[in-house]
Amino acid sequence: MGLLSKKDAKLISDPLADNNPITIQVLGICSALAITAQLKPSIVMAISVVFVLGVGNVVISLMRNVIPSKIRIIVQLIVVATLVIIVDQVLKAFAYSLSKELSVFIGLIITNCIIMGRFEAFALGNGPWRSFLDGIGNAAGYGLILIIVGFFRELLGSGTLFGFKVLGDPVEKTGLYAIGYENNGFMVLPPMALIVVGIIIWVQRSKNKELIEEH
Amino acid sequence: MGLKEKLHKLKKKYEGKKMAPAFNALHTFLYLPNETTHGGTHVKVADDLKRTMNTVIMALVPCLIFGMFNAGYQHYLALGEIQAAESFFSANFWSWDNLWVGLITILPLVIVSYGVGLAIEFLFAVIKGHEVEEGYLVTGMLVPLIVPVDIPLWMLAVAVAFGVVIGKEVFGGTGMNILNPALTIRAFLFFAYPTWMSGDKVWVHGAVERTKEIAAGAKLDAISGETILGSLAQNMEPAYSLWDSFIGFIPGSVGETSKLLIILGALFLIFTKIGSWRIMLSTVLGALVMGLIFNGVVDAGWIDNTSKFYGLMSLPFWEHLLVGGLLFGAVYMATDPVTASQTNKGKWIYGFLIGFISILIRVFNPAYPEGVFLAILLMNVFAPTIDHYVVQGNIKKRKKRLKLKTA
Repeated sequence: MGLLSKKDAKLISDPLADNNPITIQVLGICSALAITAQLKPSIVMAISVVFVLGVGNVVISLMRNVIPSKIRIIVQLIVVATLVIIVDQVLKAFAYSLSKELSVFIGLIITNCIIMGRFEAFALGNGPWRSFLDGIGNAAGYGLILIIVGFFRELLGSGTLFGFKVLGDPVEKTGLYAIGYENNGFMVLPPMALIVVGIIIWVQRSKNKELIEEH
Repeated sequence: MGLKEKLHKLKKKYEGKKMAPAFNALHTFLYLPNETTHGGTHVKVADDLKRTMNTVIMALVPCLIFGMFNAGYQHYLALGEIQAAESFFSANFWSWDNLWVGLITILPLVIVSYGVGLAIEFLFAVIKGHEVEEGYLVTGMLVPLIVPVDIPLWMLAVAVAFGVVIGKEVFGGTGMNILNPALTIRAFLFFAYPTWMSGDKVWVHGAVERTKEIAAGAKLDAISGETILGSLAQNMEPAYSLWDSFIGFIPGSVGETSKLLIILGALFLIFTKIGSWRIMLSTVLGALVMGLIFNGVVDAGWIDNTSKFYGLMSLPFWEHLLVGGLLFGAVYMATDPVTASQTNKGKWIYGFLIGFISILIRVFNPAYPEGVFLAILLMNVFAPTIDHYVVQGNIKKRKKRLKLKTA
């Protein structure tokens, strides 16, 4: 027997592909559009959400039997808000420029539908270990899409990855730019993030026909 | 053995296989197919989709040919090698030199547009196993007409691929698309590569290169190909007369300059009942109304000539029709039967709003004083909603009538 039982492993692997929070459940789209113009903020956002959702799920799961169901949303909000403030303060202390770049979007993790969704749907009814795995899995599924979108948008929109000029220098005309290539300004604009997410959804559903919704 | 038989044999050979749609498309494009439909009752009409598309292309050809001459004319005029043409039949304009420049700059645009677009159409038809649709025939012709002459070919190829796939194929192909594919392609180019789509350097062949040479130290005169709209947006007097602008001796996108030929094309489309006169007329009306409102604002003294909008706002309302791509958009783009409103009342509303919003964007967008393509794309999105309310309104009216009768 491995580290995780088969059932537990599914908690992590499912949201990465066949039950991805962004491409299947279409949750958390707003932040996916807002901060994916560059790869670095996408990764920071992914890590932040992994932390918030992983820890938050455990906390809610531990308290699940004592939270009165009438005020559970308020309790959940307090838990998320606390965790998000921790992330925000850590970023401000150790990566100030990045925290400037992400501006309000770290704070807006509070409103990320994936987080409240997992609290409601999973952590309130399962033990801490399984809740932890579910939280990590869903946040990773969210982060995976963020990183894919960020990769393409930064590469095609700015010609860089993590700020490194991988395609050559657009001003000095080296690399690809020497033969007339130009950055695609549309990639930097938010609508293109929506289109890239749409293309990912398209590719995913054409590979796995079971995911196509009936209508 | 003739080409037709060869194609027919090829078709038989590949029948039921994956590549079949590709051969069928070629076959029916070039010849009438041998087989007829079997059983049932059929409506027999001459104007199928291919005939419709070809009629629009016929209406576009004069604009394309004029665009080729104009590309050379603007180029040599900017270089100072020829005098400005005086009348429509001036030899300075209709010369072989001019046509040659047009051929080497514009034919590649046409070839890339059709090559990439049709390749994607064929690819999707083969993958999805349906027949090749004719939708790209008109789009492929429109695209070279609505871009600047010097647009790099690879950019056009990328944009066409994007426009056909995202603008059309993802919705299910011809007839299912929400946005006009040609305008989707232009919008993509505009947002992705703005330096090649606006400003005063892109509209005349050779101007961009000349600027680079001057920057590198060559002692040459710079070429400026500022469009009329561009000048007005900067509160400058345009360098062209209204007559030039009507005939089309002005810099601009390839096919949009000659208002005369566009009007002739419009008459042809209306006469053959391919284009909707309601949409064309209401678009023009919408533009005139918005122009009048802006004129009124200027007359009332609410803004004076220190305002950055003064140049375009004070333009007499009817002159808006003669500058920019408004007429071209109204005649060839807004009337696209797939993306326009379907109901007659809806067409009036749809067209009116296109004209209205076009002028609005034109005046208030200082970076890029051409709003017609954005206005049409926007109204494409609203067209189904307009139709819905027109149809619902009609149902309500009839129900009321029914009630009155029975009561």
